[in-house]
Amino acid sequence: MKPDFGRFIPKFRAYREAASGPFRSLFDFGKIWKQAVFLCTGVALTPLILMALIDYNVTRHAIESEILLRTSRLVSNERRTISFFLEERKFALEFVVHDNPYETLKDAARLAAILDNLRKALGGFSDLGVIDSSGIQVSYTGPYSLLGVDYRQQDWFRQVMEKGVYVSDVFLGLRNAPHFVIAVKHMLPNGDSFILRSSLDMERFQKILSQMELEPSGDAVIINRSGILQTPSRYFPDIFSRIPFSIPDFSQTTQVYQTSDAKGRIYVIGYAYIVDTPFILMVTKQKSELMKPWFRTLRHLVVFLAVSVVGILAVIIGVATYLVNHMYMADQKRVMTLHQVEYANKLASIGRLAAGVAHEINNPLAIINEKAGLIKDIFTFRSHYAGDAKLAGLIDGIIASVERCGAITRRLLGFARHMEVRIQNVNLGVIIQDVIGFLGKEAEYKSITVSVEIPEDVPEFESDRGKLQQIFLNLVNNAFAAMNDGGHLNIAVGVIHDKSVSVTVSDDGCGIADTDLKRVFEPFFTTKGRSGGTGLGLSITYGLVQELGGDIQVASTVGRGTRFTVTLPLARPPQGSREKKKGETDAGIAG
Amino acid sequence: MRVLLVDDETELVETLAERLAFRGVEADWVGGAADALERVKTKAFDLAVLDVKMPKIGGIELKKRLQALYPAMKFIFLTGHGSEEDFTAGAAEAGSNFYLIKPVKIEALMKKMNEVMQHSGESR
Repeated sequence: MKPDFGRFIPKFRAYREAASGPFRSLFDFGKIWKQAVFLCTGVALTPLILMALIDYNVTRHAIESEILLRTSRLVSNERRTISFFLEERKFALEFVVHDNPYETLKDAARLAAILDNLRKALGGFSDLGVIDSSGIQVSYTGPYSLLGVDYRQQDWFRQVMEKGVYVSDVFLGLRNAPHFVIAVKHMLPNGDSFILRSSLDMERFQKILSQMELEPSGDAVIINRSGILQTPSRYFPDIFSRIPFSIPDFSQTTQVYQTSDAKGRIYVIGYAYIVDTPFILMVTKQKSELMKPWFRTLRHLVVFLAVSVVGILAVIIGVATYLVNHMYMADQKRVMTLHQVEYANKLASIGRLAAGVAHEINNPLAIINEKAGLIKDIFTFRSHYAGDAKLAGLIDGIIASVERCGAITRRLLGFARHMEVRIQNVNLGVIIQDVIGFLGKEAEYKSITVSVEIPEDVPEFESDRGKLQQIFLNLVNNAFAAMNDGGHLNIAVGVIHDKSVSVTVSDDGCGIADTDLKRVFEPFFTTKGRSGGTGLGLSITYGLVQELGGDIQVASTVGRGTRFTVTLPLARPPQGSREKKKGETDAGIAG
Repeated sequence: MRVLLVDDETELVETLAERLAFRGVEADWVGGAADALERVKTKAFDLAVLDVKMPKIGGIELKKRLQALYPAMKFIFLTGHGSEEDFTAGAAEAGSNFYLIKPVKIEALMKKMNEVMQHSGESR
């Protein structure tokens, strides 16, 4: 079975434009609905979405700033730690050269004792050597036999002789393990000088880096000023390889910047040059990781925004539909009332006209009647005219026709009289016979067979005779219009539970299509097109049945026929709302 | 029973008088209220059959005047107009049964006249 979505379509969608002229736009309910929905949506959603966008940008900017600031602080702290580590060892060596005469330091045993003390006190020292001003290592203590090695041609030797202090890059050297060297120069009173040189293993150095508080995706490395990695790390496990980023420009202070790799991943990079060393501390963080909490919040916000928008839209559409529907229904009622009044006026005019015509005809008719009657009397009462059967027959014919005319004018007058609203005891059978009597000739011309079934037990009840006549006249008229020559019309009356009476008017005419069936009671709905029919008949009938407190139903099959069932209460309809309607109709008729 | 027929349609009342004569009823006819008021001065009538709508003086008014002059006189109204006012007025003035709608069958008129006269006989 196909789902019925029809009930979700608002009633005003069924509106067919009937109004025209300068005020037409007032009745375009679809347009009114659209305008209301668009305007309300614009007013409600624009500030909401604008605020959401502004808030999004401001918050995002604030969070990015916070990330950069945090990275900068981290790098600064770490630089201080590393600087301190290196300074500490530098000062230790300087203390040693100041505290111990050159001669003492040349004593290997004493040097070994000092190395031992340094290891215990500070740690990280792996050997200790004394080099004279000509570059020859004159004393050495450590794991290798480096005594007598000539460093004269080495670059570091030249630098330490020039600057007085030297910190080397990390290198593998003879021991084939990463380490670096700190060397200090000491001037002797005789103008000569010597150098105290110590190799430091990377263990302590790396420990400092690994103790940094970094996010899971963060990484901290030391590079030299050529961009060569000095320490291994998460992303760059190969020491001495070149970093994939460009070497940042020299700066005295800590710097933070953003860059992206070949795959488009954005990194936040903080760096600091460690002064008087070849080292640059570099902290790398993946930006998407840092923004994760923000994206989580953002998701919640987007969901909230979407739910709000859907909610607001639902309320706007609901309210607009409700209001426009009510406008539409009020307008429908107004139109229906107007047309009922118009129709009633028209009927009243016809009624007055009919009454006038009937009266005018009645007098000459009475004269014909009496003259014919007199001729008959003469035939009857005077013997010398009697016996001419043919003449008597002709006179009877005249009198019969006059009687028929009289019956018609009486019925016309009766109809006109019953236009006026009056509740009285009515006999349904008499009313139906009256209506059939009116349309009897038409039925004869079209060879329509009319059958009426009225059970004996149908009681008289209080109702409006005129309205009942109009109702059945309209229904029978409609049935005649739907039938071809030789059709059948059946009118059946039945009593339901002693409370109401039902009248079924059924024909075997052309029937009504399903799509039209829902609309037959709407004003101006007609299938007769230009050939006739105002589209008001059934709408008026519907209104009249409702005024009498009854109900009208229609069932139809195309090609098989149509059945209208009018149900009327046997008890008089309650006074009140209907009373007002009655008043309106009264006024219409009186006018 | 002496009957006076009053209607501005004189052809109607003339013919009606002749037909009544065939049935043994002595009926005079006049074409209006003024003539009727003149005629009653010279002749006594038991019953007047009046048209409701007549020029100058209508049937209802004429009935009032005649009744004032001859309280014993009875009346039947004939009307060609079946409107509510006519019925109400007719019913109030003459009792709801004493009116007939044109065209009327002579038998119906005779029956009604007898009823009216009989009614007056009972009431006295």
